[in-house]
Amino acid sequence: MTARAFKIEQLIQLLAKMPGLGPRSARRAVLQIIKKRESYMLPLAALIREVADQIKTCRVCGNLDVTSPCHICQDPKRDTATVCVVENVSDLWALERAASYKGLYHVLGGTLSAIQGTRPEDLNIKTLIERASGGDVGEIIMATNATVDGQTTAHYIIERLKGVSVKITAIAHGVPVGGELDYLDDGTLSAALKDRKPY
Amino acid sequence: MTPKQPGEKPGVAVRRLDLTRFRNYPSTRLEISAPGENCIVLVGENGAGKTNLLEALSYLGPGRGLRGARLDDITTNGAAGAWAVSAVFAGQGEQRRIGCAIEYANKSGGVQGRARRVIVMDETPLSGAAALAPYISIIWLTPRMDRLFQEGASERRRFFDQIVVGLFPDHARQLYAYEKTTRERLKVLTGHGNQRDETWISALERRMAEHAVAIAAARLEGLELLKTHLSFASESRFPIPVLALKGEVEDLLKVHPALAAEEQLAGLLAGERTRDGERGQTGRGAHKTDLQAWHPEKDIPASQCSTGEQKAMLTGIVLAAARLQMSVRGRSPILLLDEVAAHLDQERRTSLFEEVATLGVQTWLTGTDAAIFSPLKGKALFLHVTDGVIENINQLD
Ligand SMILES: [Zn+2]
Repeated sequence: MTARAFKIEQLIQLLAKMPGLGPRSARRAVLQIIKKRESYMLPLAALIREVADQIKTCRVCGNLDVTSPCHICQDPKRDTATVCVVENVSDLWALERAASYKGLYHVLGGTLSAIQGTRPEDLNIKTLIERASGGDVGEIIMATNATVDGQTTAHYIIERLKGVSVKITAIAHGVPVGGELDYLDDGTLSAALKDRKPY
Repeated sequence: MTPKQPGEKPGVAVRRLDLTRFRNYPSTRLEISAPGENCIVLVGENGAGKTNLLEALSYLGPGRGLRGARLDDITTNGAAGAWAVSAVFAGQGEQRRIGCAIEYANKSGGVQGRARRVIVMDETPLSGAAALAPYISIIWLTPRMDRLFQEGASERRRFFDQIVVGLFPDHARQLYAYEKTTRERLKVLTGHGNQRDETWISALERRMAEHAVAIAAARLEGLELLKTHLSFASESRFPIPVLALKGEVEDLLKVHPALAAEEQLAGLLAGERTRDGERGQTGRGAHKTDLQAWHPEKDIPASQCSTGEQKAMLTGIVLAAARLQMSVRGRSPILLLDEVAAHLDQERRTSLFEEVATLGVQTWLTGTDAAIFSPLKGKALFLHVTDGVIENINQLD
């Protein structure tokens, strides 16, 4: 294999590690990217570089953004008394896509899972308790996924919030199939948020 | 008994089945069409692949498959790539395509790692096999279950739970969630080197208790329905054993309301953390329940009856469960009866065929001897299986 062919192969292998992309679709993607060198490949490379240099985890909520605090935490139009607890940034983005929620977020960074070795101290739970105890937060919305681990994590957090004077609600999970927020369409997500019930 | 005309009340049935690298089927498509689409007879020698075909089907419903095999062991020997099964189900005004395959996943995203069952319905991935329960119900009876009444409680419990899932689909999700939270708690309790997080354990115990009580409630209700149904139904000529559930959670529910039972169970679990952690086992819960059975007339435990009588009782339960499911949910299950006909005497075999023909439930039967199925001629689809090759032999008769 020539050096150049090897580089392209490396690019394919890196892309193939993406969820939902196998080696086949990665090859197809790389070919498409290469074909549009000027109009697509170079701007893509430059943007990836730029984001890579600037990306930060928001020190308040755990969102990914180029600033910390993130643009949501800094937005003066947001309702700072309401915090929605989600598992991952992808869930936060799903809720933002639905565009009906005007409060703030807290990204846990996963769910409790003894089998996979994710313990309470591996998640952003301590910071959540601190935020909730700070006095500014009036309502915490649990929006972890309707999976077994997601619900156990919600229970755990509620247990830890005992004694903190804050209203705790949960989004209405009538989730039919996947059980994960990311799978839901925007309308369903908005309805789930609206129909939240006290825990 | 007046046989129903085909298509009068079509239940949910497999119309097409595709197997890929599944045991001795490298790549096979089976199309099932009228007449005889409600009863499929697979004949062939032992080892030809009849049970493999039923096993493939069993992966398209909730549960762990008819053999409870390791997912890795199913792929055709020497084949490159993993196995997959897909089928088109139709009936009761619906059509669905369900597929099951395995996927290897580990944290770093490589191809090595534990095999995981992936289920897709009409191109939407489902969260697991339990999510199939509202749509597909499959009940099976295999030679492995011949000693069901003698063996340990777990096989009996699984058999009964499968029936309950057919009645109350949410039972599948509850069982899955209970099992998962139980495993999680045990893992936390046996975890080395870490300081134990009691809040985590108690959150898990609360979840366990909730699921256990939901499971026990569904089991008790399922058993009641089965009993009531049986006391009115005289359609069947199969003996139905007298059934009872013996389990701590079921007992708690008999004397307490559900919330109090949850409270009690969570408390009991909390008291046994050290013991469970040391033993690496969960000492109590919904996974300890047993299904007890007695012969209806002889007043002896089912386990003391003859093998033939036991088979007849199991067949009776399965047929009753199918009828009950149709009357409770208006949905029909699919029955997989592996080597059942051969072990019944002439009279009962005739009853089985008559019931199968009138149930309105797609039934898959297997046997080595085509002759014993002759009463089904004209009412069933006869398929000959030889080493993973399926051949329609309706015309040959
Ligand atoms: Zn933020």
